[in-house]
Order: sequence, then structure tokens, then C-alpha cells
Amino acid sequence: MLLSQDKKPTLIWLQGVTCNGNTHSFLNLSYLELLLSKFELIYLPFMEVKYSFFDISKCSLSCDVLIFEGTFDPLMQRNGVLLKDILIHYANDAKHIIAVGSCASFGGMFKASAPDRNSGLLYDGDDFIGVLTKLYKKVINLSGCPIHPEWLGYTLSMIANNKNIKLDDLYRPVELYSNLSHHGCTRNEYFEWKVDAKNFGEKEGCLFYEQGCRAPMTHASCNKILWNEVSSKTRIGTPCFGCTEPDFPRENFFKTKTNMSIPQDIPLGVPKRSYLTMAGIAKTFHIKRLEGKLIDYKTTD
Amino acid sequence: MARITKAERKKSIISASLKLFSERGFYITTIPDIAQKVGMSVGNFYNYFNSKDVLAKELVMYISQYLGDNIRDINERDISTDEKIYEIVSMYFNIADEKPEMIEYFLRVYLSNREVFSDGCEGMLCVSPFVTEMMMFFNDGVESGDLYDQDFFSAFGLFMGYLGGMVFLFGEKILPEPLENYKESISQNIYNALKSR
Repeated sequence: MLLSQDKKPTLIWLQGVTCNGNTHSFLNLSYLELLLSKFELIYLPFMEVKYSFFDISKCSLSCDVLIFEGTFDPLMQRNGVLLKDILIHYANDAKHIIAVGSCASFGGMFKASAPDRNSGLLYDGDDFIGVLTKLYKKVINLSGCPIHPEWLGYTLSMIANNKNIKLDDLYRPVELYSNLSHHGCTRNEYFEWKVDAKNFGEKEGCLFYEQGCRAPMTHASCNKILWNEVSSKTRIGTPCFGCTEPDFPRENFFKTKTNMSIPQDIPLGVPKRSYLTMAGIAKTFHIKRLEGKLIDYKTTD
Repeated sequence: MARITKAERKKSIISASLKLFSERGFYITTIPDIAQKVGMSVGNFYNYFNSKDVLAKELVMYISQYLGDNIRDINERDISTDEKIYEIVSMYFNIADEKPEMIEYFLRVYLSNREVFSDGCEGMLCVSPFVTEMMMFFNDGVESGDLYDQDFFSAFGLFMGYLGGMVFLFGEKILPEPLENYKESISQNIYNALKSR
């Protein structure tokens, strides 16, 4: 526990090539003010704090916690200084480096504009060849497009309280990324009985078979820690795009890739032969309740 | 003399009943007929199967597992898709030639007496091992770029309907040549119909 004001960890939030999506998401954190009060804020792009970016770009300050948002572009300059120089200066001194978003983690959406040049801090896709690989022990990846505000809230809270954060093979906190996005989806019964969603945006039906849902293959807690504390993409009828994985963005978000009607990618860790056996048998049965609108089903019939 | 195990006895019932059902028909064949062919009492038969319907369903599962195991063996070989097609056709025709009762039962009993199989054997329930392996075959074929990506049942119907039709003609003694002689041309036709365009 931190005992006094002057021992607060210092925090800098740097940005590479970004849409600011993670910033916007983070601003929705319900306990944002309380969380930020645990840090000495050196520079944040979205709040007026102690220093401006002009000060930061001189590379004369330092921080305990460095947050980096956006894709890393080695040729990008900010305020006439190479982003690479700014990043490395602050990364060298920082105790913790948090890559927020899939762009900072794996390259993400903005890697597509210069795929041979841009990357995440540790990874280029799933290749461990990023600019900060030498400092990998300090890096925490928070992938997502954007990140859930709670994911950064959790990470910063753990750091502020000197707690160890256990990471997975891609340096993401296991507490946040060991679940699949599928876990907690309100459409799970439709997945079990292999009932497709017939139209876009309906409450009924599973989005996995036709509408491109990646939830059974995507590490994320979107259906466990709900967005805005109320909902998630799949709950309201948008397929999971698999945005926390290194291969994001894939093509055709709204269409399931099939080979002769058989999903090319199947739930994580399940042998395809086993999946097809189970799916074929489940499809044999027709559960009347799952075939129509839920609100029309009469339990007294 | 070695004692016949229960499993061996069950297998002999399956073998005898397959022959009787496919030769005489499902409804004409009685449990006493089967018991007599196996050399057991009718009472003892019921220690193995509760009814003729239960036996009928078990036979479908037995054939499906047998075909599924054979196709899986082919699927797991490191050979091209057209070679796999030849191997599947060849395997199917060999069974039709050497154990005709297996294919006959499938075509003449399972597909023709749906009322027997409507409860507990509908859809994929009894044929899962066989259909799953055909799914794996088609999936691998498209993934490798050899086969054209289309609806599964369009492709499945073309493949298995064709083979079933040929075996039917063979069973009716209409084919002028032995089944063996058709393996090459039929495999080629199937591949030509399914290959990527």
C-alpha cells in the first residue's frame, strides 16, 4: 500500500498512431477520478496535468508507469522528435509499461496502413519482434479494440497497490484474458443446440455459424465484465470480432469462414472431429423454444 | 473348447441379422429366424437386444462406425484429395463386393424404413461417425485448395448418392462389369465434379 502522497507512482500516457479509442473507453471508467488520484500524473493527452507534450518531447523527465496507446511507427515524429526516441527514453526508466489496445499490443488496425513498418511494442502480429522486446519483463499487454475501461482500471489498481500481475504467453493479465469472450454470452444456449441467428441484430440465435462471431476463439472477458456495466457486443447482436487476438483485424467481420458449410475455425482447444460430431448430433434435435422469438414462446402450452 | 464371450456372441448376431435383413427385408425377418441362424434360443437373444427395432438401430451404428473408421484412416493419410476420393470409392466398393449386407442394409433397410429409425436414430444420431468423417474429408479438401467451396449436402449427396446408386445397380446385377472396374472412372468423375474451379 502507498502510504503518502509523495510516494505515488508517476504516470505518463504516450500515443503513437491511434484513433484515441482506448482513451475514450478509459474515460468511461466509473472510478476514474479515484484511480487517477493514486498516481502522480506527469502527462496525459486527455487531461490538463503537470506537464504538456512539449515538455515530454524534450525527454528530460521520467515516470514509473508508462502507458502507450496506438501502433508504433518507427518513422513517426511528434513535436519534431522521433516517437521512437521518446518511447525508449521513458520506457528505459519506467517500472511498468502498459501497451493499451491491440495497436500497441500487436500492431492492430493501424498496422494495416504500413504492415511492414508498424507494429506493437512487443509484437508484430504474433511475432515477438517489436521495439521493446529487450524490456519485455516490464511490459503488460492490454489488447482490445478498444480496451475495456475496467481492464486498464484493474491493471493500474494492481500497480498502485504493489500487487503482482500474472500474465499469459502474450503478456496479458490472465485475470482478464483467461476467459473467452464466449463465456457469459446470453446466446450460449443457441450455441449448444446449433441454432443460427436468422437476421442481423436479433436477440435470438447464435452468431458463430453465419455472422462471423469469434467469441469461442477469443480471449477476453467482455461477457464477464460487461461494457458500461450492462451489455456486450454479442448480447446486443454484433458478432465478436476477435479484437484481443494478434491476428486482429481479420477480414469479413460479419461472415463466418466455412469450408463446405463447416466452420473453418472452431472453439478453442476442441478437435474439429469432436466438434463436428457434437454439432451434427445437436442439430438433429429441434427445440421449439429456440426456433421462434423468445417473447412469443408460451410456457403453458 | 474355448467359451464364446458375450461380445463375440453379440457380433455373431449382428453379422447374421445384417445378412437376413438385407436379403429378406426387415419386416419379414423375425427374431426366431435370427436366433436360429446364430444357433441360440429366442430367449437368449433377448439378453443381447431388447427388440428387433433396437437391433435395427444398433446395426446402423455398427455400419456407420465401420465406414467412419475406414474413412478416418484414409483422411489421416498424407495423400492428395483425388487420391483420397479413389481410396474412399475403393473402400466402399470393396465392402459392397465382400460384405454386401453392410451396404445393402444401409440402402434397403435404413433408408427405406424410416419409421423404424424415427425415434432415437433420427438425423445424425446413428450415422454420426460416418458423416463426421465425410465432413472432415470435405473440410480438408477445401482447406487444401483442391475442392470447390460449396454447400456440404450438395457435395455429400453427389458423392454418396453416386456410390449408393452404383452399388444398387451392382446388387440388381445390371452392371455389365464387376464393381472393381468402375473405381477409376467414378473416382475421376467425383473429383471432376467437386474440384476447385
